[in-house]
Amino acid sequence: MSSPEQWTPERPAGTPAATAASPTAEQVIAGLRATSEGGADLVQLLTPEGERVSHPDFDIEITAEELRGLYRDMVLVRRADREGNALQRQGQLGIWVPLLGQEAAQIGAGRAMRPQDMAFPSYREHGVAWCKGVQPTELLGIFRGTDHGSWDPLEKRFHLYTIVIGNQCLNAAGYAMGQKFDGKVGDDDGEATIVFFGDGATSQGDVHESMVWSAVYDAPLVLFCQNNQWAISEPTERQSRLPLYHRARGYGFPGIRVDGNDVLACLAVTRWALDECRHGNGPVLIEAFTYRMDAHTTSDDPTRYRLSDELEAWKLKDPIERVRVHLVRQQWADTAFFDEVQAEADQLAAELRDFCLNMPDPPAKRIFSEVYAEPSPVLDAQRDEFLEYLSGFETTVGGGH
Amino acid sequence: MAAPTMHRPTTATSSTQTITLAKGLNMGLRAAMERDPRVIVMGEDVGRLGGVFRITDGLQKDFGEQRVLDTPLAESGIIGTAIGLAIRGYRPVCEIQFDGFVFPGFDQLVSQLAKLHYRSQGKVKVPVVVRIPFGGGIGAVEHHSESPESYFAHTAGLKVVACSNPVDAYWMIQQAIATDDPVIFFEPKRRYWEKAELDPTARPEPLHTSRVLRRGSAATVACYGPMVRTCLDAAAAGAEDGIDLEVIDLRTLSPLDLGPVFESVRHTGRLVMVSEAPSESSIAAEVAARVQQECFYSLEAPVLRVTGFDTPYPPSKLEEEFLPDLDRVLHAVDRALAW
Repeated sequence: MSSPEQWTPERPAGTPAATAASPTAEQVIAGLRATSEGGADLVQLLTPEGERVSHPDFDIEITAEELRGLYRDMVLVRRADREGNALQRQGQLGIWVPLLGQEAAQIGAGRAMRPQDMAFPSYREHGVAWCKGVQPTELLGIFRGTDHGSWDPLEKRFHLYTIVIGNQCLNAAGYAMGQKFDGKVGDDDGEATIVFFGDGATSQGDVHESMVWSAVYDAPLVLFCQNNQWAISEPTERQSRLPLYHRARGYGFPGIRVDGNDVLACLAVTRWALDECRHGNGPVLIEAFTYRMDAHTTSDDPTRYRLSDELEAWKLKDPIERVRVHLVRQQWADTAFFDEVQAEADQLAAELRDFCLNMPDPPAKRIFSEVYAEPSPVLDAQRDEFLEYLSGFETTVGGGH
Repeated sequence: MAAPTMHRPTTATSSTQTITLAKGLNMGLRAAMERDPRVIVMGEDVGRLGGVFRITDGLQKDFGEQRVLDTPLAESGIIGTAIGLAIRGYRPVCEIQFDGFVFPGFDQLVSQLAKLHYRSQGKVKVPVVVRIPFGGGIGAVEHHSESPESYFAHTAGLKVVACSNPVDAYWMIQQAIATDDPVIFFEPKRRYWEKAELDPTARPEPLHTSRVLRRGSAATVACYGPMVRTCLDAAAAGAEDGIDLEVIDLRTLSPLDLGPVFESVRHTGRLVMVSEAPSESSIAAEVAARVQQECFYSLEAPVLRVTGFDTPYPPSKLEEEFLPDLDRVLHAVDRALAW
């Protein structure tokens, strides 16, 4: 299973040639097709129409209850995401980073993890956070400007969001090396690490270095790339001539392209990859072929760089709708279930909103808090001087009124 | 005239031995690795070769390839994976082969290593030591003679120290490794082969303290790293001319420990700050600013800086002119005294 050639044939089937700097109309159409079609190697277990299909290498036994659980996860995470977006629009958050459209990739990968597995997110992984037990409320501080991430990364086994593109891949490679050095790799109970990054990040040196390092140290690292087709305004053609999963071949480990809007396929492939890693057969690259249905962030305007046709095409492949259709078709869920999940989602959103509106601003002394683990007399003096200055100001102003 | 003492006089015991600065580092690393199995050494050529300066000589043989890692040739990779290992509970000691090669790792140093403790509000500790041989004077090609310490001192979250002699090298590397903060550890590469007597049973000075190495009353000379030897030599030469200089080894560049400097300047009224690094926005500039703020009424002359010039490091045939030497230090002392 771990031969790179098996997953990354030299000549990818059905992929267009690299896009020229000034593309012809035919090339634009080919590019659009490449964006909306994952190609022959795409691993898919649930079609956009909600039909269950089999795959020779990756299949999964899923019960009705499990599939309902995945559906619930995705609906709740999407609802929290939409509420975050709304809170930004209403001025409650400085910025929001939408995950709309990427729920299957994140819930599939997130639910594939075992409790002992460690995750290193980028900054859009609200769905993975959900799976690791980090509540949406805990994400808000980053976007409201009250903290840089409030959860305990070691307790949750979910590192802080990383905003500098690709940095986290090397941190994850190091962590995975530590798992191996600790002797925690090699059997069914072994540990693994998964790192999340986007298509744009694949151009960063740190991401390449993380592939080199995890390969030469046989680190139990799953490199999970969510190719959502757009790095802000730049299409994947600006990052690579080859499909991204082909990169793995050059580093000597498997690269697999999975339908990132198919939660079952994401679950199956990621579970397999994590198991390979925990048994000592890492690393593995997964390219989850998906689509960012909203803007890069709330500061972005996607109408300046992409056609609405593309979005409309991807709406037909919605990650949640296909599960809903399958649940109905299998008679695994009834109207009461869907209503219940929707009510739960609305409740979650209401709680998120309530929490956000009641978040206190941090006190001024927070500026100086925990810069160092051990004392720094110079910084302490700076803090004391500033706090004394502030306290004098308060007295004067208060007295004057 | 007696040679200037760099350390408190120690009574010769059977435990005292003569070591080079390089050996002091090697012994210090070994002691730290023996004390704590989570201490690992990683870098380019640090294993089988023992490092290009042989600082890690013999460590891989004795501690194995899992504790002394010959890494791929990528500085961002070294720092970035060291951070991950530290999150996992290890205490990595990274070697950057030469000062001018640290910049590919700069992003990880500034964006992740320096900030993780703050971002996580203390939930994540990253006790990584980054060893950097720095400074010139070895006739090297470009990128092998730089003094980049100010970049790191300017970055909140990093601690920055520079050793100047074999005894400090031995103790300071161990103290840096034991620190829960990331420490950028500068080693004066042209002083690697200088010798001193080490008593491993002695009690070391705390890491983040500066030290008065020579008492004097005419003027204060503050310095660190490779310039400490230069300044002690200048003080010896000055003494022959009746100029009695007080020499202070800063040792810690972030946080600075300027208490002893303030005390000295209040006594001498004059400060010459010596560093190889370019002067603009430098450690020397920071020391000058703080001394004028704290010792304003004691100063008999402006704080003078003797530094490298605000140029890229020159071709090595010119480094003798570029680097502060005994004459330039004494020239500045003369100007301060004549003010």
